[in-house]
Order: sequence, then C-alpha cells, then structure tokens
Amino acid sequence: MADLISNVPDGPLADKWTKHKNTIRLVNPANKRNIDIIVIGSGLAGASAAASLAELGYNIKCFFFQDSPRRAHSIAAQGGINAAKNYQNDGDSIYRLFYDTIKGGDYRSREANVYRLAEVSANIIDQCVAQGVPFAREYGGTLANRSFGGVQVSRTFYARGQTGQQLLLGAYSALSRQVAVGKVKMYNRHELLDIVKIDGKARGVVVRNNATGEIASHGAHAVLLCNGGYGNVFFLSTNAMGSNATASWRAHKRGAFFANPSFTQIHPTCIPVSGDYQSKLTLMSESLRNDGRIWVPLHKEDSIAIREGRLKPTELSEERRDYYLERRYPAFGNLVPRDVASRAAKERCDAGFGVNKTGQAVFLDFASAIERYGEEQANIKGISIKDREAVMQMGREVVSAKYGNLFQMYEQITADNPYETPMKIFPAVHYTMGGLWVDYNLMTTVPGLFALGEANFSDHGANRLGASALMQGLADGYFVIPYTIGEYLADDIRTGPISTDHDAFKAAEIEARGHLSSLINIKGSVPVDDFHRKLGKFIWEYCGMARNEKGLKYAIKEVRSLRAEFYEDVRVPGKLDELNTELEKASRVSDFLELGELMCNDALNRNESCGGHFRDEYQTPEGEALRNDKDYTFVSAWEYTGQPEKPKHHKEELVFDNVELKTRSYK
Amino acid sequence: MAFSGLFLIVFLTQHMLINMLSVIDSLRLNFFGVEESNLFNEVAYFMGNNPLVQFGLQPVLIAGFMIHMVMAFVLQAKNYAARPDRYQYANKARAYSWASMNMLITGGVVIGFLGLHFYDFWIPELKAKYVTGKAHIGDGPATEEILADVNRFYPELVHRMKYPWRVAIYCGSFVLLGLHLNHGFQSSFQTTGVSQGKYIPLIKKAGITFSIVVPFLFTVVALVHFFIS
Amino acid sequence: MKLTLHIWRQRDSETKGEMVQYIVDDVSEHMSFLEMMDVLNDNLVKKGEEPIAFDHDCREGICGMCSMVINGQPHGPQKGVTTCQLHMRSFNDGDSIYIEPFRAKGFPVVRDLIVDRSAFDRIIQAGGYVSVGTGSAPDGNAIPIKKEEADEAFNAATCIGCAACVASCKNASAMLFVSAKIAQLDRLPQGKVESKERVSKMIAQMDEEGFGNCTNTGACSAECPKEISLENIARMNRLHLKSTISPT
Repeated sequence: MADLISNVPDGPLADKWTKHKNTIRLVNPANKRNIDIIVIGSGLAGASAAASLAELGYNIKCFFFQDSPRRAHSIAAQGGINAAKNYQNDGDSIYRLFYDTIKGGDYRSREANVYRLAEVSANIIDQCVAQGVPFAREYGGTLANRSFGGVQVSRTFYARGQTGQQLLLGAYSALSRQVAVGKVKMYNRHELLDIVKIDGKARGVVVRNNATGEIASHGAHAVLLCNGGYGNVFFLSTNAMGSNATASWRAHKRGAFFANPSFTQIHPTCIPVSGDYQSKLTLMSESLRNDGRIWVPLHKEDSIAIREGRLKPTELSEERRDYYLERRYPAFGNLVPRDVASRAAKERCDAGFGVNKTGQAVFLDFASAIERYGEEQANIKGISIKDREAVMQMGREVVSAKYGNLFQMYEQITADNPYETPMKIFPAVHYTMGGLWVDYNLMTTVPGLFALGEANFSDHGANRLGASALMQGLADGYFVIPYTIGEYLADDIRTGPISTDHDAFKAAEIEARGHLSSLINIKGSVPVDDFHRKLGKFIWEYCGMARNEKGLKYAIKEVRSLRAEFYEDVRVPGKLDELNTELEKASRVSDFLELGELMCNDALNRNESCGGHFRDEYQTPEGEALRNDKDYTFVSAWEYTGQPEKPKHHKEELVFDNVELKTRSYK
Repeated sequence: MAFSGLFLIVFLTQHMLINMLSVIDSLRLNFFGVEESNLFNEVAYFMGNNPLVQFGLQPVLIAGFMIHMVMAFVLQAKNYAARPDRYQYANKARAYSWASMNMLITGGVVIGFLGLHFYDFWIPELKAKYVTGKAHIGDGPATEEILADVNRFYPELVHRMKYPWRVAIYCGSFVLLGLHLNHGFQSSFQTTGVSQGKYIPLIKKAGITFSIVVPFLFTVVALVHFFIS
Repeated sequence: MKLTLHIWRQRDSETKGEMVQYIVDDVSEHMSFLEMMDVLNDNLVKKGEEPIAFDHDCREGICGMCSMVINGQPHGPQKGVTTCQLHMRSFNDGDSIYIEPFRAKGFPVVRDLIVDRSAFDRIIQAGGYVSVGTGSAPDGNAIPIKKEEADEAFNAATCIGCAACVASCKNASAMLFVSAKIAQLDRLPQGKVESKERVSKMIAQMDEEGFGNCTNTGACSAECPKEISLENIARMNRLHLKSTISPT
C-alpha cells in the first residue's frame, strides 16, 4: 500500500539498525535546545523516552493522569525482562531472541522491528543496572536469569516478582534527574483530550487538568504517545483502573491508523470474577503453571456439586478429574503458551464443567506438587514417606518458598487457602498487541506523532511472549526514539516555538470542551460504569478468547446501540471545571465504545486464527488455531473516516525474508 | 536530641554509680557493723570541689540538659506543625511502644522531678558554696564548719530521704524515667545511625536492660535510705 | 453486610472539610474495600449526589496510588497490605468505619480523600537517582554485587511511595520514604558514589516540604504496606552525619 510506508532500511536484517543509525539525520545540540517535545504517559516507554530525549537537550513536557509518574501501570509487571545477553552460555543470541519473538507472535509482526528490539535488549539491562535497579543476582555477584514460557534458553532478568516496578522506578529516577535540571516539565493528573495538527503535522495537544478541570493547550514540534494499551475496553482486565485508550483513540480520530486492534492477550491464570461489583482482575504469575496442574471434574454432575458446595474438590478421586491440558497437549502439558491455555479453559467452562458459582473457573492444583516435593524432602532427610502429615508439611514448605507471596495474595483476595484446596483460576484480559500503526521510526501515519511501547502495534504480532513487554517499552524509549526522532525533527530546526495562539488549538479546545460538556449535559439516569460493564461483557463474550462471524456481527450491533444509549442516558454529576472523576470515566468510556466496535470489525475482517485471535470457523479438526498465511500475512491498519461505523481498511504486507512461517504445535 | 540524650545517659550512669556508693555505705554501717564508711562522701566531695568537674563538666552537663530540653520542645512544635489538620478519628497506627509515642510526657515528668531534685540538693549546695558560704545538714543550723566537712553529704542524703512523700515522688519519677530511657536509649542509636544489622537486637536488649536497671537502682538508693539508713 | 461509614468530605485545600455519614447495606464480604467505595459512589451517582473522590489505580497493591486512613490506620487494619487489597471480610456487619485522607502539611487535600503527594516526587528529584545518562552504561556484569547487598537494596526499593509512613507518623515525618531510596542506592556501587551529596539534598528537600522529624516511634514501618525496614532510617542518619562532618 502506498499510504503505509514502513521505512524499513534496506540491507541484511542484522545490519539494518546500525545502517539506519549511521545514515539517519541528526539535530545538532544547539538546535535541540529550541525544540519542544510532548510525551503522553510516564510508564516505561514514556519515562525512558522523556529522560533520554531531555538528556539529549530537547525540551520535554510530560503529561500523565496519575498523581506521580511512578504510578504508571508498567509498575505492575511481575515476571521479568528478556535480553539476549547469553550470560548463561546456553546458546542465546540476538537472532534467537528475534526468532522466538517472531514465532511467539505467530508471524504477524514486522521482522526488522523485532530484530532491532532483540538487538538493543542487552543495552537495556546495562542501562538499568547503572541506574541502580536491583536485579536478582547469583552468589558470585553476577546477574541471575530465569526462563520463561515458550523459549528454550534462560534470558529473563528479574527482580523477584516485581520487575516492572523496579524498571519503572529506574526510568522514573532518570526522569526525575532531568526534571531537576529543568529539561522536563511534569504535568500530573493531566489527561490528553486531543492532538492538534497544523499543516498536517502533530503540533501539540489539548489536555485537561483533572485536579482542577482546567483545559489548556500545549504546543510542540513532536508528540510522543506512550499511553499504554487498551485492555480496559473489556472493563474487567488486569490493567489499572485508570488505564485508558483516550490518547490513542483521539490520535486515531486525527488521522493515526489503528493497527490490529483485535490482537489482545488473554492471560490464563487470573483470579476469577467473584461478583457483579468486581472492579478489576488480578493476575497470578505464569510461573505457577510450572508446578500447578490444571483440571476440572470429568463428569458434569461433579462440577455442579462443587458449584453448589455439596462436594469439595479435594474429595474428588483422580479418576473423576480431567487434567485437560495434559490430555490435549501431552508434550507441553500445563506449560502450553498463554493463548492455548486460555482457550482450553474457556472450552471446558463453556461445556459446563466450570467449578465456581458462575461456572467460569478451573482448578489450579498444587496437591501433587506438594506431595512430590514432600517426598523428595523426606528422602533427603531420611524420614519415612509413610508419615503423610510430615511429608505434606515439608512439601508445603517447599511450595511456599517458591510461590509464597502469590499464595498469600490469592488467600488475601479469595479467603481460600491454596495449600489446602486447589486455586480457582480463569483467563483475563492482560495486554493488547494491537495499537497505533507506526513505521520503523515509530512514527504514526500523522507526521510528528509517534507511538511507543504498548501503545504501538509493532513488535508482538498476534501474541506476546512473557517478559517481552518491559523489553519493548524500554527499547523504544531509551534506544530507538532518541535516534529516530531526529529524522523527523531535522526539518524543524528553523520552525521556532509552536504558539498555541494558532486557530487549530482554539478549535481543538472548543471541540474538547464541547464533548465534555455534552457528556455532563445528558443528565441521564445510568452511571458511566454500567455502560462500561456492559461494553466489556459484549467484547469479552464475542471478541474475547474465541470469536466467530455471527457473534462479532451481533456485538457490533449491540455496541452501536449501547453507544447510542450512552449519549442519551449517561449520568455525569458534577461540573466541567473542577475535579470530576465521573467525567474522566465518561470521557474514557466514550472512546472505548468506539474502539470496541473497531476491535470487532478487525476480528471480523481477519478470517484466520492466529495468536490471541481465534476464530471458531478457522480451526483444525483437533480444535487448534488455523492460520492463513496466504491471505492474511499482513497488518490491518484502520483509518478513521469521521464515523466510527465506517473504518477504512489498509494493509501493510509483512515480508519474512529471514524466518520460515511454521505452524505452532504443542501436542 | 540523640547526642544530648546519649550524653545524659552517660551522666545518668555515673550519677547512679556514685549513688550506689551511698547504698554500700548504708549497708556497711547498718549490717556489717562498720563504724565509718565514707565512700559516697569522698566521691561526692571530689565531685563538688574538683575545679575540673565544677567548672568544666558541670556547665557542659547543664548545657546538655538545656539542649535536650529546648530541642524537645522545638521538635515537638515543628512536628505538630507538620500536621496542621489533625485526624478526626484517633491515630491507631501501630508503634513500638507507649513510651515512644509519649516522650514529651515522660520527659516532662522527669523535668518536674528535676525541679524537686535541684531544690533538694543542687540549689542548697550552690547557695552554700557560692552565696552564703555556710552549709547545713538536715534541719540543723548552717555553719561554715559544715561546709568544710568532707563527710557532710551522706547525712544530708539520708535526711532528705526520710520523708515518705519525697521518696514516693522519687520512685514514681524513676518509673517514668525508665520509660523515657526505654525509648530514648535505642532511639539515640537509631538517630546516630549506629543501629544496623547485627547490632540492632543488641542495642534493643541493652536499651531495655539499661532502662530497667538504672531507674531500678536509683529506686533502691531512695528506698535503702528510707528504710535502712 | 450493612455498614455505617463516616467519610471526610472536603471541596478543596482552601475549604474546610467535615465527616459525613453514609450507610451502605449491600456490601459483600468478598468485596475489596475500594469496591465497597465503588458501590457507595454508584448509589450516590444514582441519587444525583457527587461521588466521593479517592485515589486508586492498579488495585493490586503495587502502584501506591490508593491511600485513606481507615479507623485511624493508613490502609486499614491489616498488616502489610494496601487499601486496595483490603477486603470487607476484615470488617463485621454493623460496623462503623471512619475514612479520612492522609493528613500532613506536605500533602494538601485536593478533594475529599485525595491528597497531593507531589512533595515525594520533588524529594526524588532532589537526588534520588544515579547520575547516569542513557547509553553510557558499562556491561551489566562489569561490577559484581554481593547477593545479600543486592537483596537488601531490593527490599528498600520495594517502597511504593504511597506515603502511609507519613500518614501514620505522629510527626508526619517522611523519613522512611526518603531513607528507603537513599539506602537502596547506597547499597549498590553504582549509587554509592553520590551517596553523601544525595543524602544532604534529599533531606534538605524533605525539610522544605514541611514534613516532621523522626522520633523513632516505628509506626511508619509497622504501617508500611511493604514493611520497609527502619534500618534504612538508621542508614540515612549515618550517611547524613557523615556528609555533615565531611561533605565531600
């Protein structure tokens, strides 16, 4: 497509980035001082980009909706960050990391971007260590690694179960240093309302100060969107309550194409929904599947008995249990990738085997692990394994040492003791691979508007591997954008400051204010959350773990009528020009209501199953995903046409010169 | 606070040790049939007449007290100002101990006690030495001879400790002093940064021991003279 | 469950606030505390009243955004958890619950239970970082770090910056927060280089923000949802003393 130029440099894959860096245009230090950049979001991508660009000399303004940049949702990432350091001498390399990521993404990502990601991954670790990030270490003082789902090497660096927190605090400290020298100005509790374009280029933003309600414009030579993913379309997700798609969506409405919106990742091990009041879902680390066995009762009557509390799961004999992952995927068992595990759980629950009150949960059972470890310990300590109580006690101790904090968190939330009774888990929305379409320089289809981290679509294809999100956020911010932005800004050294007196700013402000006051003036009867919950249910049901044509068409219809209802009957109390949490939510939900439809449209358009996108119509006789490389090896990029009902479809064909497209099999 | 506190802890220790001599004196005089025992008198005389102690250490001690006291009030004022709007519902935060939350109360009681203590011993001593040139023992007349008497301190101490109300106030104050020390001791080490790793349990234990033993021995002094001497 | 809530309502930092009583009677013991607040707000919105403003975001105990002093304790009665992880089963049917904002001079009230904690950001900006530019880092394994030191640094670094330490301290002191960052960086060779300078600058900023002094009551650590150790404060004090005696 002529309108989607990826700007991937020529030459062999391994040389592209180096060559690009060597030939890219630069902005000299004196000129950098005259250039302003706006960064939206202060997570891994936003904080690292703002800090790195400020170090180079650009003037940065950073906007984020939380009260402190340290609270961005990157902080909640648990597992780790991948890097092709090969410290373990286990054969890891840039190529292997690249290959695993491409394959994990089910061959729906751009080769050159993924290779670059793998290439800079090692620098990220060095950078973070230098910032004082306390990564886990071996007794010899060197950095420790662990291995993660879907790969055969140990390349994941971690800081206990709080890697995201530590990396974000590292980026936050770099950012704070630049704030101190005056190169970055922080705007907390600010939310983007619109992107302002002048002569087709992104030249600033309209923002609302959520603490005061004040709406203001800020001009800049470039705008970076680092606002994260859109998982909260589903209402219930592992995202933070405030995570939203507003910046991406408003940019989309101003001309940025939205790529692969239907590629969402459903994480298999989360704590199930317990009631209608539920506000969010909590992830239980993927690592639990190393020792936990997933099962449901083999007979429906047992499931019903468990649901009604007449039967305890521990009372059910082995023959009456169905370890369905071990049954279906003997080679990988409980360790199949996230998308596969999630779908299998859904299949069992849909068939009526679910084990909690709502029928939407499966068991994750540690009894056999406790027994196994206990017997191991008994042998080591020379205690008779006939002393079952002692064996189980020692087993519990081993399991506690490995997963103690997760077990505690589980008990905290559910009041069930997972040492005594199996955990109940269910898949939940976790990450969105889709996002704003960007070229190799991370620029969207709007010149001067860039998207970094989860907000863009570029690196994870249709499914993201564990420990790759942190890597991408920091790669984009620390090591990609500082170079690639020069290519665009080199033309702007003579532009001078961008004044917000321009009519475009005034018009955008009026429009933004108008939208918000219209929400307040509806004065209906239904709280915002009710609409959000309903939207989430539709999208989860019809555009979640499995999709089909009929369901998607139905969902599109329902989302449209929900949207109409929203604009007729939503109740937003309070005023525009003051702190108003309901208004903030209403504004975000108004965008989700449009994005939700686009997700369904995208899912409907893609007549294949790949990664997190599973279409019922396209599966093998055994119920596995059936990819269609012949017709769908492309990125779908959607253009906003003025009406959310009529998005325009564009394609970026994906070219694979360096890897062979294969079917993923875990049998 | 910490440095002046630590200094006062040192002072308190030596004060207690010297006082213990009077207990030894009393025991020797009353139970071991010793005719004369002037351990306490000798040291007290030395402390009262050595120019280094009088003009070197004493002013330092006074300064130490003053700093400790003034800073306590300054700190309290600052800390109070750090939360201009108080909680409506009482602060129920878990803390170390009652003592740690109420240093001003325990400290205040100790100051009050010091008033009495000064009235009993220090002020008459200063008056005798630097104003009138005459000292007295108990309710007897003040004379220059008494002032010159090396052994006048013990009888005066015994005399003061014969009033039950005074002994009661002394003993009660020692309990609060104990509480003050209970927090103050380990707090000083925390503030000066000594508390770390393996020293922490050690300091905690030492603090508890000190805060019990020292006030207890002071109490012993008062009670011994009340009941025995 | 039926609960009587007494909640602090305050328009903004200029206006005087007061405790207002609310009754919620459709509370399930499985709800989190914030979900109970959601239910209350939902009821208020339906009645046409303004909902209670409170800070919250991740709802899994890591972002540090949620606050609230519940019955006199920051983050409520349970040890080692944030408000968002507190569940209603910690309360009984018929209970009265008092909910107030974190109170300190350094944290002006924005609205109801929301306070402005940007003082913490300014303290970090004063020196809570290692002065290293992007791209100039040596190999991650170039400087070996003892596992124990790395682990201790990590323990200090788990601070979520929620400010419960300030809220619980009778002096509204921020020492635990400040010391956690100082101790983390001081334990690592990368950060140690700037320790003395960092400690002076951060403490100066902390004082400027109007926080109280530490009298070692230990409430901060006892109420800290991440159970950050008081040892960090001792370490900071030691460094501060050193840097006062010899600033370079």
